[in-house]
Amino acid sequence: MDTMAAIRETFFQECEEQLGELEVGLNAMEEGVADSETVNAVFRAVHSIKGGAGAFKLDRLVRFAHTFETTLDLIRSDQLATSPAVMRTMLRSADLLADLVKSARSGDAVEEARVEAQIAELKALTENVKEAPAETGAGEAEGLDFQPVLLALDDLGASESQTARYAIKLIPAPDLYRKGNETVRLLRELSRMGEFRVECDARHVPTLDALDPEGAYLAWRVQLTTAEDEASIHELFEFVVDDCELEIVVDRAGPIAAPEASAPVELAPPTPVAVANDVVAPADVAPADVAPAEAPVATAAGEAERAKAEPGKPEATATAATIRVDLERVDRLINLVGELVINQAMLSQRVLEAGLARSSSVAAGLGALEQLTREIQEGVMAIRAQPVKPLFQRMSRIVRELTDATGKIVRLRTEGEATEVDRTVIERLADPLTHMIRNAVDHGVERPEVREAAGKPAQGEVKLSAAHRSGRIVIEVSDDGAGIDRERVREIAIKKELIAPDAQLSESEIDNLLFMPGFSTAQTVSSISGRGVGMDVVKRSIQALGGRITISSRPGKGSTFSMSLPLTLAVLDGMVVKVADQTLVVPLTAIVETLRPKRGEVHALGVNARVISDRGGFAPLIDVGQELGYRRDAADPVGSVVLVVETEVSTRCALVVDAIHDQRQVVIKSLEANYRQVPGIAAATILGDGRVALILDIDTFVARTNRSAQEPLLAATG
Amino acid sequence: MSMTILTVDDSRTMRDMLKVALMDAGYRVIQAVDGVHGLEVLEQETPHVIITDINMPKLDGFGFIESVRRNQRYLGIPILVLTTESSPEKKNLARRAGATGWIVKPFDSAKLVDVVRRVAA
Repeated sequence: MDTMAAIRETFFQECEEQLGELEVGLNAMEEGVADSETVNAVFRAVHSIKGGAGAFKLDRLVRFAHTFETTLDLIRSDQLATSPAVMRTMLRSADLLADLVKSARSGDAVEEARVEAQIAELKALTENVKEAPAETGAGEAEGLDFQPVLLALDDLGASESQTARYAIKLIPAPDLYRKGNETVRLLRELSRMGEFRVECDARHVPTLDALDPEGAYLAWRVQLTTAEDEASIHELFEFVVDDCELEIVVDRAGPIAAPEASAPVELAPPTPVAVANDVVAPADVAPADVAPAEAPVATAAGEAERAKAEPGKPEATATAATIRVDLERVDRLINLVGELVINQAMLSQRVLEAGLARSSSVAAGLGALEQLTREIQEGVMAIRAQPVKPLFQRMSRIVRELTDATGKIVRLRTEGEATEVDRTVIERLADPLTHMIRNAVDHGVERPEVREAAGKPAQGEVKLSAAHRSGRIVIEVSDDGAGIDRERVREIAIKKELIAPDAQLSESEIDNLLFMPGFSTAQTVSSISGRGVGMDVVKRSIQALGGRITISSRPGKGSTFSMSLPLTLAVLDGMVVKVADQTLVVPLTAIVETLRPKRGEVHALGVNARVISDRGGFAPLIDVGQELGYRRDAADPVGSVVLVVETEVSTRCALVVDAIHDQRQVVIKSLEANYRQVPGIAAATILGDGRVALILDIDTFVARTNRSAQEPLLAATG
Repeated sequence: MSMTILTVDDSRTMRDMLKVALMDAGYRVIQAVDGVHGLEVLEQETPHVIITDINMPKLDGFGFIESVRRNQRYLGIPILVLTTESSPEKKNLARRAGATGWIVKPFDSAKLVDVVRRVAA
């Protein structure tokens, strides 16, 4: 049963792929792509799901898929035009099919009424077609009714031990052999059914010079006494009835009547093949070794087919051989490779410390090891990587549902769906991305009449793209809507006391107000024409993934949200800094700039608070060593290094550290799993010298220091 | 030596199901994912029986069977088509293309093996 469970799992995985194909195909069709390859791919997707579902007796899925398929078949045969209304029904059906698959897999409920309603909608389309006059095979569509039940004639046959004797006459037509059927096998099967006598009529075999090796010249008469019923015998001839003259009658006469038989042969049931082979050999064996010269013809035909088929859909079903691996095993491997990277770094450092010349063979070998280690690391990371395609496909459904709800006409265009990124990143990207897509449709794209008045096409466009850029993945959500209404944003920000009424803000600073917590509330949702629904949440999610989000907008032209994310969560680009003889890692994504402050730039604020002037504003100075309890008194910022970091809480903060040591990729080790959670610390890493370095969690670190009269973060932990 | 069966189906699920059922019955199974791939596999190895799906990308079951039958080398190989529709039309198209017989999906293993055994040499 284990194998069946595994196949079932394969089936559901395949369903996901098929649903993806379906979605892509239907979207293309909606945009007017009606080539047969696209339509066939759509049909095939539903057909495949139905086929598999039948095997697992998922009756509800089978039933709906069948109705869906029947309608798609009409589109495929050009009997049903792909009008916008029809396409909407198709897309909705695809959504329901996806839900039914999910329901079959995880038991999520799908309302029966919804299924019925969708079936009715589909049937309404097919019925319209049936009323049309020039229809081929009206009854055929009806007769096509899917039967998940097998015709188990075999079982019926074994009912009673009533034996009967049949006389069977078989005169094969040449086509019988051409289709790979052979009388010898038919006779063999008959012989297994009971008491069997056969005679061969070879009268029509011509002389050798006139003999066509592929021809059929032998006729057969069989007398069969069997407990099986007549239907079973007919079933045996199921494949050949149209390629032979066949007569099966209940024989009441005595022993075999063979008035004109020329060569009676009796076959002993245990060895029918051997005997029969002798008789039939000329006609059967010959074709196999005839004319090898013709072989290239079929090859060329295959080549032609391939050439014809390939340009249509190059990456369609490139069936790379795949294996399923438990995610845990991959993670364990990733962890081990992480250790390997650390060990390799340690080794390099030791060699350096030992004073070996760079040109020495040890150093050279170590260089090669380093290269290999990096390649292994990349290779292992790639195992976890998945294309963003399924994620993007989910978005097109969201756009569809929203356009239905808002009355806007919006088309989702996707780019770079094959871009691969860590599976966890993909999973955690789903929510923020959904949020942004919703915003783009809901607040970005204008209503059709507004768009037309502005001289734009009534249909708006939301574009979702993914691309690799310098070791990171960049995902962009852009719309061609009205853009951000900066006046309104400014007004709201002032009203909510997020900025001073006289604050001088650049356009991009105003745009970035959208990301501030407290900017968007339910009220602004209804009143603001721009964006702003919980963008702070989006930003936080992206930052939690080690990513950054930026916004750009042009009035009347639209807005673009651009997210830059790490390819994996297992490593982090960090800045290694020294603080009070301790080594810390600050995530590079959080750092805006690094400064060496001059005396005049640092201003005291109250007793022990200080700020630094930064780009026309002020950023609070936080002494990292003091905050973490490494030292009692704050270091003098002048002569130290200041990292200006950006957080979700306050726009900017300036962290005072003693020195910048290095900038590198570090392997993330969970502090929580190995020790316990420490506020302000995200994780740890092991450096080349074997020492543990803590990785700062900028957001919680800054949030913590913002509260007054706090304890040093690490005081209790030493 | 066990008989070799080539299964041609774009559905991994179907390929797996066929493989399990046929291997349990003692057959050796080789697989192809569509008609074009099926022809490629045939260039490498000649199976005793071919089982093919109809709806496939690149080259469908009908086209595949026709191409196979056009080659004298494969003339006698029994070819079974997998079909969900038990409609006579599909069967006739398959027969016209040169199919030996058909298997109606969903099949149970016993039935499948029975049909294969019936056409296998």
